[in-house]
Amino acid sequence: MSAPMTPTLELRGVSKSFPGVKALDDVSFSVRKGEVVGLIGENGAGKSTVLKILNGIYQPDSGTVLVNGKPTILTSPRNAFDNGVAMVFQEQSIIQNLSVAENIFLGREQEFISYGLISKSRMNAAAAEELKKVRLEIHPGKRCADLSFADRQMVEIAKALSLDRRMSGQVTILLDEPTSVLEKAEIGLLFDIIGDIKERTAIVFISHRIEEVLDITDRTFVMRDGRVVAEMPTTEATIPDLHFHMVGRQLQQEYYRESRQTVPQAERLMDVRNLSKIGAFENVSFTLHAGEVIGIAGVIGSGREELAKCLAGHTRFDGGTLSIGDEQIVFSGPHDAVSRGIGLVPAERKVEGIVTSFTVAENITLSALPAFTKNGVIDFARESAVSENWVKQLRIKTPSISTLVSGLSGGNQQKVVLAKWRVAGVRIVILDHPTRGIDVGAKEDVYDLVREMTADGFAIILLGDTLNEVIGLSSRILVMRDGAVVETFDAPTGGKPDQVDLVRYMV
Amino acid sequence: MRAQPAHRASVMGRWRDWAPLAVLVVLCLVISLFNGNFLTIGNLLRLLNSAAIPLVLCMGTTFVILMGSIDLSIEGVVAVTAVMVSLLVVNDISPISIGLWAVPLAILVGGILGFLNGFLHVRLKTPSFMTTLGVGFAGIGVATAVLGGFTARISDQTFRFLSLGRVFDVPMAVWIALGAIIIAYIIQERTRIGRWVYAIGTDEVTARNAGIPVERTRIMVFMIAGLFYGLGGVLLAAQFGQGHALISQGRLFTAITAVVVGGTALSGGVGSILNSVVGVLIVVTLANGMVLMGIEPYVQQGVQGILIIIAVALSLDRSRLDVVK
Repeated sequence: MSAPMTPTLELRGVSKSFPGVKALDDVSFSVRKGEVVGLIGENGAGKSTVLKILNGIYQPDSGTVLVNGKPTILTSPRNAFDNGVAMVFQEQSIIQNLSVAENIFLGREQEFISYGLISKSRMNAAAAEELKKVRLEIHPGKRCADLSFADRQMVEIAKALSLDRRMSGQVTILLDEPTSVLEKAEIGLLFDIIGDIKERTAIVFISHRIEEVLDITDRTFVMRDGRVVAEMPTTEATIPDLHFHMVGRQLQQEYYRESRQTVPQAERLMDVRNLSKIGAFENVSFTLHAGEVIGIAGVIGSGREELAKCLAGHTRFDGGTLSIGDEQIVFSGPHDAVSRGIGLVPAERKVEGIVTSFTVAENITLSALPAFTKNGVIDFARESAVSENWVKQLRIKTPSISTLVSGLSGGNQQKVVLAKWRVAGVRIVILDHPTRGIDVGAKEDVYDLVREMTADGFAIILLGDTLNEVIGLSSRILVMRDGAVVETFDAPTGGKPDQVDLVRYMV
Repeated sequence: MRAQPAHRASVMGRWRDWAPLAVLVVLCLVISLFNGNFLTIGNLLRLLNSAAIPLVLCMGTTFVILMGSIDLSIEGVVAVTAVMVSLLVVNDISPISIGLWAVPLAILVGGILGFLNGFLHVRLKTPSFMTTLGVGFAGIGVATAVLGGFTARISDQTFRFLSLGRVFDVPMAVWIALGAIIIAYIIQERTRIGRWVYAIGTDEVTARNAGIPVERTRIMVFMIAGLFYGLGGVLLAAQFGQGHALISQGRLFTAITAVVVGGTALSGGVGSILNSVVGVLIVVTLANGMVLMGIEPYVQQGVQGILIIIAVALSLDRSRLDVVK
């Protein structure tokens, strides 16, 4: 476009690791005043880590953050804010019981204080100015709890924009999936607002809807596996191009133990007909056979997480039927689902999957404890024997079965969860991001376990961490979008669908 | 589809805002049906007089609870300040008498104990539940040790005027409670601390991200609570004309009950000073009504216990709760 000027905000060669994962690898990124930069990538590609570094939540392990060309260490979101970087969070950060004005200036009340008291009239007047920018016609003194969801989102944006008038330097606004909670008309309005403020500010726009990125941005960065794999002026980008970059080349087939993929048997374990839950998913139908892995692909908001929770009895469905064997069932809770042979391996392992203060053995027998008791007293000998057996069979790396499970690596913790379900007599295992946050070796172990379970006649419902994983492991793939199953792919050994095909239906 | 739950929540929210006041009005109507003496000026003044000390104490507790913490040190702090003030005005045990100067001093000591609550809670990262319980017990211990189990009798009439004196026929204690309410309301509505209390109680991460000094605010809030307890101790000593370690017995439960019955959520972020005023009036009116109806004292206590459980059950938005601890 014009002559290159100093980027308002820039990352140079930034890397960031978490235990077991390299989240960012040598990432360089920049945004200038007057442009909207898009950042796209699959879940787990590293977008949110980039955002958290730009917003001061994380500090890079190596590399530099530059604000207006000067190397800067952003120590906290507030510090980033004071340096001219404001973030509009995907999950709203509005305090419901405070007024609109109080939310906009939360933590920055100083300019309205005289004699120790806040001047509400001055604060409301200043807030009214900010609300004009987002074309929101509400009284600034209104309590945020009384606003609609979309209006609250606009308040959130107004809060970020309030930087603009108060900064002498340049301002960057980070928008993290701002459209995911908005309706069509409101998205149009948001884009108008972005157009309005673009001259004065630099804007980073993150969305999983590629059309929007093409619509609104001037330059696009594509991320995959913690790296920036492509950077291009948006005018030169096409949807297939972006899809290709997001997905990358095929991984080696045997990584997912494809040759050991079992052909689904005739036995029907679960039958789902027109299952619906208001606001989450609707009319989902499929039949799950023994030995089958059904993968569910979809972006955040596609409804697949809600579906998984519902199938495991954590939430109730509003419509449709769910049958186990020949019996139609409405689960009264997770324990009911477990007693009927359904186990969920949740994404938040530490929170939902294991009891960290329990030993390996205690975790393994947790869901089947009644079977290990005699007259109400736990039969420790049997608990040990069974646990030892599973530790051996699943190759769980632990000093002993009486080690606290919190001391195990992520991959081994995951195996403990799987052992727990097998002891509980579960036949349908729902895997929600089973390899999130564990290292490559442990991932391969989990893939082995999946194959072993299906060989034993288990059925698996998989919400994969990456698209590759879903394709590699599944024998059938349901693609969900906006709460509906939009396409089904068969994925037999040697006949796997292409990622680009799936992405086309996902976004 | 998305706007609907938000709308429903706000209708529910409005109902919750007004429910405590509705309960108070209904309660008054019901009691006056049973007993014609209830709605007389004399009884209403008596009622306000017995509400005065709980009101003062609740002004402090409300901020702590709004922040999502709890303060169980009320009885300890009140005992220390009541005993202290009784020994500093004309009394039958200590020869010292500094007159009304004892009042600000006692309030200050309340503030220091509150500061201690907050400081220990924040610095040692111990739950406020445990820290304040400990400080409260220590306070009772100190109050007991100072007097060796005796009671200090106050003969300082100027001091006792703070509770017993009447201005425009209304007891001084009621005026002082009114002043405490106004101060607390200003803190809530017009100061940064007041706003930050809501932010911390709703979502500490958001508060921190907004640059709010969370730890300092926590300490400040416990200190403000302590100042109100100090004032409560002064009023208690003035009302009974004595100071002893057990003078504050029962005040903790009444205060927490009143705050919760008023509609302030124990999970923090929801409620207000005015809610607590209504809450105190409900609790006190109920007690007054039960006396008028001739219900036995022990039964009255039972009713209060049931009341707090009902109030907590009603105030929770259970649809959003996954885990109850």
